[in-house]
Amino acid sequence: MSIAAEALKGFEKITPKSIPLVEPLSRGHRGCQGCGEVLALRMAAKAVGSAMIAVSATGCMEIITSPYPQTAWEVPWIHVAFENTAAVASGVEAGRKALIRKGRWADDGAKVVAFAGDGATADIGMQALSGALERGHDFTYICLDNEAYMNTGIQRSSSTPWGAGTTTSPAGKKSKGQTTWKKNMAAIAAAHNIPYVATASPAFHLDLMNKVKKAITVPGPAYVHIFSPCPTGWRCAPEDSLKTARLVVNTRIFPLYEVIDGRYVLSRDVKKPKPVEDYLKIQRRFRHLGPEDIAVIQKRVDQDWQRLMALVKATNPEASAE
Amino acid sequence: MARRVGLEVSLACAEAAKLANVDVVAAYPITPQTHIVEHLAELVADGHLDAEFVPVESEHSAMSACLGSSAAGARTFTSSSSQGLALMHEILFIASAMRLPIVMAVANRALSGPLNIWNDHSDIMAERDIGWVQTFAENGQEVLDLTLHAFKVAEDARVCLPMIVNMDGFLLTHVIEPMYMPDQSEVDAYLPAFAPQQRLDIAKPISMGMVGMPEVYTEAKKASLEALLGSYEVVKEHWAGFAKQFGRSYKPIESYRAEDAEVLFVTMGSLGETCMTAIDELREQGVKVGSVRIRLWRPFPVEDFLAAIKGAKGLIVIDRALSPGVPTGPVATELMSLLYAKGLKVPVHNFVAGLGGRDVTRADFKKMLDKAREAFAAGGEMTCEMVGVKE
Repeated sequence: MSIAAEALKGFEKITPKSIPLVEPLSRGHRGCQGCGEVLALRMAAKAVGSAMIAVSATGCMEIITSPYPQTAWEVPWIHVAFENTAAVASGVEAGRKALIRKGRWADDGAKVVAFAGDGATADIGMQALSGALERGHDFTYICLDNEAYMNTGIQRSSSTPWGAGTTTSPAGKKSKGQTTWKKNMAAIAAAHNIPYVATASPAFHLDLMNKVKKAITVPGPAYVHIFSPCPTGWRCAPEDSLKTARLVVNTRIFPLYEVIDGRYVLSRDVKKPKPVEDYLKIQRRFRHLGPEDIAVIQKRVDQDWQRLMALVKATNPEASAE
Repeated sequence: MARRVGLEVSLACAEAAKLANVDVVAAYPITPQTHIVEHLAELVADGHLDAEFVPVESEHSAMSACLGSSAAGARTFTSSSSQGLALMHEILFIASAMRLPIVMAVANRALSGPLNIWNDHSDIMAERDIGWVQTFAENGQEVLDLTLHAFKVAEDARVCLPMIVNMDGFLLTHVIEPMYMPDQSEVDAYLPAFAPQQRLDIAKPISMGMVGMPEVYTEAKKASLEALLGSYEVVKEHWAGFAKQFGRSYKPIESYRAEDAEVLFVTMGSLGETCMTAIDELREQGVKVGSVRIRLWRPFPVEDFLAAIKGAKGLIVIDRALSPGVPTGPVATELMSLLYAKGLKVPVHNFVAGLGGRDVTRADFKKMLDKAREAFAAGGEMTCEMVGVKE
């Protein structure tokens, strides 16, 4: 299987000199100060460009960009509900496919791109996403992961990391906040054997934009999971948004990689990782954690990194033989 | 020229969607809707219908995909039943609010629990307020005709609303009936290709499904309501056009031997046929009884209904669903509210019959009539009873 590899032959990378000037998501939306999610969304939209049909899940990005009669979208945009973004996108794709085949619509080259938060992806929208990935629709699904239900007031999701305090996983005398480990959505997407899966962070903007560009270039379903800092929900300083997005990668908590036709490729080898504490201590959602808790997180992060390295090795037999 | 054929009604429904040259079918299987979508999948697989068949992983996604496909400008069809319709519930309201002319065939079936795959109207009675145009078919020919009519009405620029054609599960969907199958050219003359009022187009970007703050929500709902109420004239207009094209005419309310009837049965769906047979037998015995059947359920044809019951001294309303916790079934409740609003004091006797596939026979109609007439004579208050309950 080399669908993605074939499609990405001769891929023209976005470089600092060729960052698209187009802004499919215009200024004047109602995002919070320091919102890392809308920043990631803007970068992703720039990478796709004007030939995009955006499908949005209910959530922060939907409400801040579309209070009728105002819209921040310069491209066709549709929102239906919370859990069905992938299904709506698959309908848009199917409708266009039929009309183009039947000669009733010219192939305008538009890309169908779905945007959804972590709750809309890893929790309530998981079934619709799995179905759409399995059916092989030609679309890109972008999860903007801010690790909780921020739009409704910071409730935990299955993407909330262990130890984080949220309004439904509060820290207390008998609790250390979230008691479960973050669901690995990228791995779940990759398990559908789709051509392209990637993780990204807005602190590495060229990497993010190139991954989104690759995702829309590859035929069939593609999934991009973008770490999206939420200063409001994470109780950190708005100006620390990108610092958080950088530290999460440099501590190996959120590794950046691609899964191209099932082959794991590390985007950024973090050879000298910073201690997880550096990341945790600037966010008050982790303020109740003691040294022993931080050690638990560090151990888990180290294990997950090793597992990822093993996957890279296992899926790149030629490279390891060299 | 139309051909006279014998066909399973589910297949006739699918053939109607094929004759409408649908672009997308997104569906999930549920008994007793399965034959409709199986046949469509087959038509696509054999190249008889050029459409995308999207075999979604749930009814929730079926309806969601339909919204996406309709927003892309494609003629979109789906079908469901019972639990599947209930699973779509959330999205049904959004479909009408977004003014997307999706057509859905609903094979009416009981809602669980207990689990029951057989016919009644509890599934659709839970979806009365979704803002869709809705019709009820009585027989196979009507299923075929109303399905074609649904595309014409839904896509009309004056309407732009999704539409449901209700058909009784098994009692209609699984029987083979004689019917006239129109030619493609006849259908094309009646139903031109879908020309959407708005669509997702990168050349003309629009935002669809935006947030409605308190300042605009009421107005948005009012606009949808007006579209639904306004669809009444369009429904009739396209039935008139249908009669011209195909020679079969339909009305919002159908009457049978009602002119001089003292008592009228009020039914919906396939029950109307049994009812007419029972009326014929009763008429032979000299009983002045007739029936009215509600074909257009949403928007409710108020004036047609009032005209149809004019002169009746009592109504026997048969519900195929319960409305737990209020005195009568859903249809009777609505009709009585209507009568009250019009200042009409026609006595109403309500029966809930045929739940979960329980047969309603001619004999049942006679029993219902006897009971109702006793009640009318006694001048008693309106009552509701469940028919055939084993104590």
